[in-house]
Amino acid sequence: MININEVIETNKMIEQENLDVRTITLGISLLDCADPDLDELNRKIYTKITTIAKDLVATGNKIQREYGIPIVNKRISVTPISLVGAAACKTTEDFVTIAKTLDRAATTVGVNFIGGYSALVSKAMTNSDQLLIKSIPMALSQTERVCSSVNVGSTKTGIDMNAVKLLGEIILQTAEHTKEKDSIGCAKLVIFCNAPDDNPFMAGAFHGVTEGDAVINVGVSGPGVVKKALETVRGQDFEALCESIKKTAFKITRVGQLVAQEASRMLDIPFGIIDLSLAPTPAVGDSIAEILEEMGLERVGAPGTTAALALLNDQVKKGGVMASSYVGGLSGAFIPVSEDQGMINAVEAGALTLEKLEAMTCVCSVGLDMIAIPGDTKATTISGIIADEMAIGMINQKTTAVRIIPVIGKGIGERVEFGGLLGYAPVMKVNTFGCDSFINRGGRIPAPIHSFKN
Amino acid sequence: MKRTVITVVGKDTVGIIARVCTYLANNNVNILDISQTIVQGFFNMMMIVDMSGASKDFEILSDELEVLGTEIGVIIKTQREDIFDKMHRI
Repeated sequence: MININEVIETNKMIEQENLDVRTITLGISLLDCADPDLDELNRKIYTKITTIAKDLVATGNKIQREYGIPIVNKRISVTPISLVGAAACKTTEDFVTIAKTLDRAATTVGVNFIGGYSALVSKAMTNSDQLLIKSIPMALSQTERVCSSVNVGSTKTGIDMNAVKLLGEIILQTAEHTKEKDSIGCAKLVIFCNAPDDNPFMAGAFHGVTEGDAVINVGVSGPGVVKKALETVRGQDFEALCESIKKTAFKITRVGQLVAQEASRMLDIPFGIIDLSLAPTPAVGDSIAEILEEMGLERVGAPGTTAALALLNDQVKKGGVMASSYVGGLSGAFIPVSEDQGMINAVEAGALTLEKLEAMTCVCSVGLDMIAIPGDTKATTISGIIADEMAIGMINQKTTAVRIIPVIGKGIGERVEFGGLLGYAPVMKVNTFGCDSFINRGGRIPAPIHSFKN
Repeated sequence: MKRTVITVVGKDTVGIIARVCTYLANNNVNILDISQTIVQGFFNMMMIVDMSGASKDFEILSDELEVLGTEIGVIIKTQREDIFDKMHRI
């Protein structure tokens, strides 16, 4: 039988160390909504989402109540809209009507984000993909809860550089369309390489075409718990450090597994995966940077940072894998700048640069995340940053992503407020040497040699 | 049987256990185990109870216990036992 010390330990994690289940994400396939008539398509999409997800929020709240663990977000991911809307949408405006339908459905069922305004173009873009991508600035500025993502590369296909070039421009347009709100539209747009089909975390969640009709995916979190655990092994060697992270990751993930199974049972929707990610929030004590600093770095960005992060990411996976029957999604440590107070402090202190963040993304999920850059950054430079990050993913057979925000009207060192879970960020310096001729070549980068494992 | 853990945390005072036990008895909740300890000067009590015969729903019992806690000056939390089992047992 459970003893009192174990009960106290669990409740201390929840009450003092910010242990929570970050998201229960309900994936819904919209493939069967496809229709050549746009109005009919929108009607079917709205009906399907609001029918399947009608009890999602209430169920999340009930589980939170019964187990005493906060379930921060209840969210929905859908089939990439470029596929669902391909037959009906002839213009960018047509696609925007679907974005509005998704927004309306999300509001009706009470979820704060709905992901899947997406296109998968890792080799090339169809006409429908191009229209969807070109509609992103309008869609994100005219909706509140819709999140968008575009997969532009994979280890198996290489990188679609035409899409990379286009997205540099689209990111700038999205920033311009939402400039009165510090270009917040870009915080809801993720560019991926090797995007997973079952990621529950926003803004990059979509319901992949390999998935079933509906699925429950859960993202756990708890950087604060890991940080506290590491305080007990100060000064000890790496073996002690790794053991401590593994044990903590196991405990955190077991809670996620329990919540996922309960949600699956109560909603009568199959359980998909647990995403073993350490996801920070702007709250003090809920930071990845603080974990790395607890390991012995003066500030994140100092030499040793990449090694520390590699170790953290690997141990989280090793501990978490045994705690869940199915692990998937992004699974790793997130290093968003604006959502992590320790990262913000490191940038403001001059310890952390864009280049160091890029190096860090080689060893952790996911990528350059929630980074504010000057609003006058050139589109080709943004495309260059995306291409670099996609190349890291393609060559290393891992997921990488870019969620970067050129803040219109702001320059290096100025502060940007996104509010809520998105936090605030200092505008970071970008290398201003050009890459126009490289980006303007057009075409695609071939798949790497190690993709031919046949 | 759905086992539930009730935790009571706060400043020690006369009659905490009595008040909580009386409430549980009145609502037909069976107590399976009680243990208590002092952590950093605070009174910590844990009860494992069986609510399968309870006269009210989990949500109502949980709410009323919270209110009772406020009256006594302690924090009372009601949670399904599974969360502790999953975290601490393989």
